[in-house]
Amino acid sequence: MADVTAPPSPPAFVGPLADKDRIFTNVHGFQDWRIDAAMKRGDWDNTKKLLELGQDPIIDIMKASGLRGRGGAGFPTGMKWSFMPKESKDGRPSFLVINADESEPGSCKDREIIRHDPHKLIEGALVAGFAMRARAAYIYIRGEFIYEAKVLFAAVEEAYAKGFIGKNACGSGYDFDVFVHRGAGAYICGEETAQIESLEGKKGQPRLKPPFPAGAGLYGCPTTVNNVESIAVAPTILRRGAAWFSSFGRENNRGTKLFQISGHVNKPCVIEESMSIPFRELIDRHCGGIRGGWDNLMAVIPGGSSVPLVPAAEIMDAPMDFDGLRALGSGLGTAAIIVMDKSTDIVRAIARLSYFYKHESCGQCTPCREGTGWMWRVMERLVTGDADPEEIDMLLQVTKQVEGHTICALGDAAAWPIQGLIRHFRPEIERRIAVKRGGAPVLEAAE
Amino acid sequence: MADAPQIPDEAEVRARWGGFAWTPENAAQAKIVIARYPEGRQQSAVMPLLDLAQRQVGAETNTQGWLPIPVIEYVAAQLDMPFMRAYEVVTFYTMYNLAPVGRYHVQVCGTTPCMLRGSDDVLAACKAKGLIKGGTTADGLFTFNEVECLGACANAPMVQINDDNFEDLTFDTMTAILDDLAAGLQPKIGPQIDRQTSAPEGGPTATKAMVSENHDYRGEW
Repeated sequence: MADVTAPPSPPAFVGPLADKDRIFTNVHGFQDWRIDAAMKRGDWDNTKKLLELGQDPIIDIMKASGLRGRGGAGFPTGMKWSFMPKESKDGRPSFLVINADESEPGSCKDREIIRHDPHKLIEGALVAGFAMRARAAYIYIRGEFIYEAKVLFAAVEEAYAKGFIGKNACGSGYDFDVFVHRGAGAYICGEETAQIESLEGKKGQPRLKPPFPAGAGLYGCPTTVNNVESIAVAPTILRRGAAWFSSFGRENNRGTKLFQISGHVNKPCVIEESMSIPFRELIDRHCGGIRGGWDNLMAVIPGGSSVPLVPAAEIMDAPMDFDGLRALGSGLGTAAIIVMDKSTDIVRAIARLSYFYKHESCGQCTPCREGTGWMWRVMERLVTGDADPEEIDMLLQVTKQVEGHTICALGDAAAWPIQGLIRHFRPEIERRIAVKRGGAPVLEAAE
Repeated sequence: MADAPQIPDEAEVRARWGGFAWTPENAAQAKIVIARYPEGRQQSAVMPLLDLAQRQVGAETNTQGWLPIPVIEYVAAQLDMPFMRAYEVVTFYTMYNLAPVGRYHVQVCGTTPCMLRGSDDVLAACKAKGLIKGGTTADGLFTFNEVECLGACANAPMVQINDDNFEDLTFDTMTAILDDLAAGLQPKIGPQIDRQTSAPEGGPTATKAMVSENHDYRGEW
């Protein structure tokens, strides 16, 4: 991944997106999700022709489109597909697992795709599964999405009934099954190897890598795990071409993206926009601005709870993409934007996230199992100021000891929000401690 | 594990649930579920079957159901897996209830995106109605828990009650929902303000043509 954020040439298109260039036209569910309505919007339109492109050409188009995985890590999707074996040397089948275990606080896009545009996902499962030579796709949907799972089960049945999936899918001669698997409430199952464990009927505890899933994943067979959004955009990319998709966003950050804005904006919403759209334009255009005006903005968590927060001044005109937010010491994650105005108790907001990670730690690795609880307890004391000033540095040190010392990234995800808080709001934490000790006078925080 | 639920006395539980078996409909459904996974990999079906079993227990007790030990044993036996492998699944995932719950399982999201939008008020509304966090009301109607992010953050704050989401809540609308349920009425599911799912309040800012018709944008490509 490039870590250069130099402006590309020619100037990139960074929004606003025209309606005709939106992939998820029914994202708000004004119209029916069922197959007949979906086909009128363009889903399942001669999918056979897409498959006739051939397996490697499909992967090449995906690579050329610049699509980076939409589940948070931003790994190039086409390249991920190309890691799958081209032929089975020992008779093992390959599997596609679609990650719909959307549990990252702030994220609520896969839910909209599944309940309002499920056929984009199922069609995407077919073309993706075909391209990577998979025998079947398992869609792992989080257990709490009960209505969404009902829709998805029904949509899969519709696709079978039309002959679009199953034996000789879409008349292509390729056999491909799609199964839906419901989770039962565990954030960690959004991690790909934990998801595979869970699919096998076990506790969702991440596996050590290597072996990587592309070598030995579900049932020990080659497996690719992709986010719902990455899969659901694939058919449209194939229809409209890699050049169309890569005409949005800056170099290395191409395409359109579902942004999910929650918190202190006037009108929270889920909206598809061009990658790299400036934060201010996104909020003003679709969310009716910041509650209380732009001067009232305090901080933003731009990519779901696992990324560090960014103070107002830095984010206001930042491009919303992988590299732009990385340059601010944060990340795009799932583009789940949590906005906090000046009324926010910022320490409590982060402490609540610490509780979340304590609750969701799977308990496998000691630094995470013990560290998340320890960090949360210290954070709770920092909320009230019932702490020693030295504990701030001790907490920071502990986050560094958790980060990078666990099998999966949950330890990192628990550490980063706290690191971001201390980096940007250390004076606020110190102020609370001083107030609690009755030493310093209570001063309004100066701008 | 100090806050783990208390599992009722096992002898009583065995007396009540020792003879658990699928209803004919659920037996058929269990077969469909197991067929989704490759042969010899039937353990994969443990999560859906536990969910099915919990729902059957719920239907038999007019509650949201739970998983008594004999029921877990029954599911494990059907899948030819050791009881402990099934039991650890039950304890790992939060949606399996280890102790009985009420007619309505009120699960208020309290994670940061909901907290920012006022989940404290929603929790306060539940407490004001006499709901007990982590417990069930004496009449067996409401079990109340604060849960972690339920993935409806653009519609925060929200609550999941049984299989339904209620979104964009305030103290008053949460109170009204609980009143309706207590009175045996069905409250409106989804956003409690004038809003279409996760579109901005007051109407969409994009693909407005979709509001009135199933618009096909391909002609404009």
